[in-house]
Amino acid sequence: MNITKNIHEWLFSLMPETTASIVEMVLIAVIYLAIFAVAGLYLVLLERRVAAWFQLRLGPNRVGYQGLLQTMADALKLVSKELTVTIKADKFLYNLAPYFVIVTALMALSLFPFSKEFQAFDINIGIFFLTAISSIGVIGILLAGWSSNNKFSLIGAMRSGVQTISYELSVGLSLLTMVVMTGSLQLSQIVEVQKSGWLIVQGHIPAIIAFCIYMVAGTAETNRAPFDLVEAESELGAGFHTEYSGMKFAYFFLAEFINMFIIAAIATTIFFGAYLSPFGITESIPLLGVFWFLAKTLALVFLMMWFRWTFPRLRIDQLLVLEWKYLLPLNLMNLILMALMVLLGLTIKF
Amino acid sequence: MSYFSDIYHAVKSLLTGMSVTGKYFLHSRKGAITQQYPENRDTLKMFERFRGEVVMPHDENNMHRCTGCQKCELACPNGSIEIIWDRQIDPETGKKKKMIDKHIYHLGMCTMCGLCIEACPTDAIKWAQNFENSVYDRTQLTKVLNKPGSRLLPGVED
Repeated sequence: MNITKNIHEWLFSLMPETTASIVEMVLIAVIYLAIFAVAGLYLVLLERRVAAWFQLRLGPNRVGYQGLLQTMADALKLVSKELTVTIKADKFLYNLAPYFVIVTALMALSLFPFSKEFQAFDINIGIFFLTAISSIGVIGILLAGWSSNNKFSLIGAMRSGVQTISYELSVGLSLLTMVVMTGSLQLSQIVEVQKSGWLIVQGHIPAIIAFCIYMVAGTAETNRAPFDLVEAESELGAGFHTEYSGMKFAYFFLAEFINMFIIAAIATTIFFGAYLSPFGITESIPLLGVFWFLAKTLALVFLMMWFRWTFPRLRIDQLLVLEWKYLLPLNLMNLILMALMVLLGLTIKF
Repeated sequence: MSYFSDIYHAVKSLLTGMSVTGKYFLHSRKGAITQQYPENRDTLKMFERFRGEVVMPHDENNMHRCTGCQKCELACPNGSIEIIWDRQIDPETGKKKKMIDKHIYHLGMCTMCGLCIEACPTDAIKWAQNFENSVYDRTQLTKVLNKPGSRLLPGVED
């Protein structure tokens, strides 16, 4: 984009190279932070409205037009609340934990190709980096549960550990299945491959199976219902963030929604051609790529909300049976199927 | 080999569930059960089974159906109903007869159990559907259900 190029040149003419690149990084980070803090808030609102519609209610519609300012008001309330700490909490880790969760969530965002030129960090191990980053988040959750010195928090954190470590495998393997087809981990390369058909079309049967497994495992990764036994309200209070209040709680809450966005965005990039328009109808206007990316991502976010408000919570044994007895063997079979397909040239290309 | 059929049934039942909620989602605009209360105060109508408070319906001639048998007073578990009665001369037959003077109902003590209404042999009292019952002074919660000058509807005792 022209504006970013102009700013880039202006910064580099103004100061030495290293300072300029650091300033540029900080600028980009601040912009991403601002955009996604607000986007996270609106995802919360979307979740609440969608949840209401699924339950034949209306949802928050009083603050601002159709409740558009509701989550802003909620955030304002959370900022103004007192930050309570339990006496026996491990203060240092207790205060550190929310930042682990939110920082990893925001770091993952930098990789997504929102349009051809709107990508902050195009690293050549893109997908590997994404899965690695998203598994660091669980350390924050474990720290939060451990340092709160509360049995509910600890149980919630341990469940989260079990869940994330198990389902990480499925997420990784289902993405690996797609990587077999793209031959690259770099996200911009993956989008380039999809110019001849989105990967879910190119890979047909194994790709659809991989997508289903990815959505199930991705929902589990974000600790959302039906895999929300991490914070199961009826058993554990609020799970790992029982002892958090005010803004620290808001960080966990925001991270959950940004993680949901990330899972949907990864699926968009890998399966649905990221910023590419369907049938190439708007390829001449590159700026519309952002629209297509967000539209696809929000459709997948909606799918995850649909899951949440339809399915009842799994028990811990059902959770592990689902992963280790069903998703993992299916995934391995699917990987072989995909490899065979690529080897025999059975993929569909336009 | 039940492994694959298990997966098939699981996916099928999950999709069934999603189709149900999906239908709800699409119909939520028209079928929403939410009442936007203070705004729709004029049109809001409570459902028939709602228990607002006990009332005694009177007809257009200011006649009620209460014979003063006190069964409601006895049935009430916490003494919300007090009936003040005496024997008066019935204008029609000229005989002395038990008649209610005041049917006093303490809304503040009522738990809305409905035993009085079940106990009433002549259906003289029933539930009203109003619900904005808060007042600034609790003496206002003590209500006299029969209107002043009202009489027993002839033929109720037969």
